[in-house]
Amino acid sequence: MKHYEVEILDAKTREKLCFLDKVEPQATIAEIKNLFTKTHPQWYPARQSLRLDPKGKSLKDEDVLQKLPVGTTATLYFRDLGAQISWVTVFLTEYAGPLFIYLLFYFRVPFIYGHKYDFTSSRHTVVHLACICHSFHYVKRLLETLFVHRFSHGTMPLRNIFKNCTYYWGFAAWMAYYINHPLYTPPTYGAQQIKLALAIFVICQLGNFSIHMALRDLRPAGSKTRKIPYPTKNPFTWLFLLVSCPNYTYEVGSWIGFAIMTQCLPVALFSLVGFTQMTIWAKGKHRSYLKEFRDYPPLRMPIIPFLL
Amino acid sequence: MASSEEDGTNGGASEAGDEKEPSGRRRRLGLAATAWLTFYNIAMTAGWLVLAIAMVRFYMEKGTHRGLYKSIQKTLKFFQTVALIEIVHCIIGIVPTSVLVTGVQVSSRIFMVWLITHSIKPIQNEESVVLFLVSWTVTEITRYSFYTFSLLDHLPYFVKWARYNFFIILYPVGVAGELLTIYAALPYVKKSGMFSIRLPNKYNVSFDYYYFLLITMASYIPLFPQLYFHMLRQRRKVLHGEVIVEKDD
Repeated sequence: MKHYEVEILDAKTREKLCFLDKVEPQATIAEIKNLFTKTHPQWYPARQSLRLDPKGKSLKDEDVLQKLPVGTTATLYFRDLGAQISWVTVFLTEYAGPLFIYLLFYFRVPFIYGHKYDFTSSRHTVVHLACICHSFHYVKRLLETLFVHRFSHGTMPLRNIFKNCTYYWGFAAWMAYYINHPLYTPPTYGAQQIKLALAIFVICQLGNFSIHMALRDLRPAGSKTRKIPYPTKNPFTWLFLLVSCPNYTYEVGSWIGFAIMTQCLPVALFSLVGFTQMTIWAKGKHRSYLKEFRDYPPLRMPIIPFLL
Repeated sequence: MASSEEDGTNGGASEAGDEKEPSGRRRRLGLAATAWLTFYNIAMTAGWLVLAIAMVRFYMEKGTHRGLYKSIQKTLKFFQTVALIEIVHCIIGIVPTSVLVTGVQVSSRIFMVWLITHSIKPIQNEESVVLFLVSWTVTEITRYSFYTFSLLDHLPYFVKWARYNFFIILYPVGVAGELLTIYAALPYVKKSGMFSIRLPNKYNVSFDYYYFLLITMASYIPLFPQLYFHMLRQRRKVLHGEVIVEKDD
């Protein structure tokens, strides 16, 4: 069996960083990354990007050396992706924050509102309802992160955790401040509005969860396979007939429900910002599906049936 | 903004500032785009020149800065507001600058003109107003004439020199003028409660313009050095041909 030689150069400076001899032809990029880490321990595999061309795309961990368009002496270019953090860690942190922060405002912990309001309780039912909904939403997200989602990527750049937490925690504090304020004004159309909005919220939460479960079942544990999602027996998943990312559709719906229920402008703004971001993601995902699968259902739109 | 769920790897490079290629190669522009941009930049150069001359004439005739803002405000508002078009130029791609950077720069000018000097009349005669007006005027005349000559492929060295040297003084002077003006406006904002919404109200939101201004002033601290050092780096690249490898992209 002929062994390969692999030399790793810095993509920017072309400096020779590492030379590996006697590499098995069936070695994967993941294995090569592990070998590289031995000589440069500060660059753990998750922060390595190896490519065939200094400006080209990153090779995948699963790629096999002998299947790449290289001679028996392969030249790979290395790019440092920067400090990495696991997706699970980021999700847990960014979701635990809002859960905790909202409760600080709900219980009117001192130094938020005037001292005469410390630890008092709102006399509006909708305020208590809102706390239950908001808390349920983030508990659901935490549990899904731990038990439901199957992530394609292991890590993301460390700086993302600061960006993401600022966004989630900041908005949570801003919303919670007004909803739990002693001068909070309940919805204009009273119980009717609250009931309708709550129904929307609950339906969309169930819908969102159903989609997460359906997506999980598409992908066996530990794998990174991608398949076209289709409706299942669960009626909530029938939205797959019309959109590529019904999980985002339901998520926007949940927040619209919450906004109507609380009649709070900051909640509406949060919904709008979230909708914008999720639309960008949905369009990207939709495009990936179209590129990867010839037979992708033509009726589907990225996030809003028939429209967007 | 939460990072992409779909792409865990490094997000798109964020542009710290100005044009990607200052005075060197330009992208191939269509005839219509070139014609329009040339017209636009000539018009803006002329506009700010008119403003400069009006300011000088006022001071020569009256010997004071009091009333100067009032006399030039219409011209200032017109030419500064029209600059919003530059955001569109970036969106449609005829100018190779980031939409975000241009948006921030133009917005901060619009903010100063409409939400500070126009809306808070008592501070219009502050000296700090003249400070930033002079800084803006010289900066814009230099900038727009630089763009004009670049488009005509006939850039005199002194214009390039001015573009990449004047800012060294003008930037800090302009920032000082803006900050001092906002600071002077604070007591009037607090007393009048302008642009503010209080609780309780139907939409359960509040906004305090006074605190908003304090936060705006604080935001100069991280933002100004970044912009300033970016211009310094551009200057070294353009004027001294230094090759600068960015830390990461």
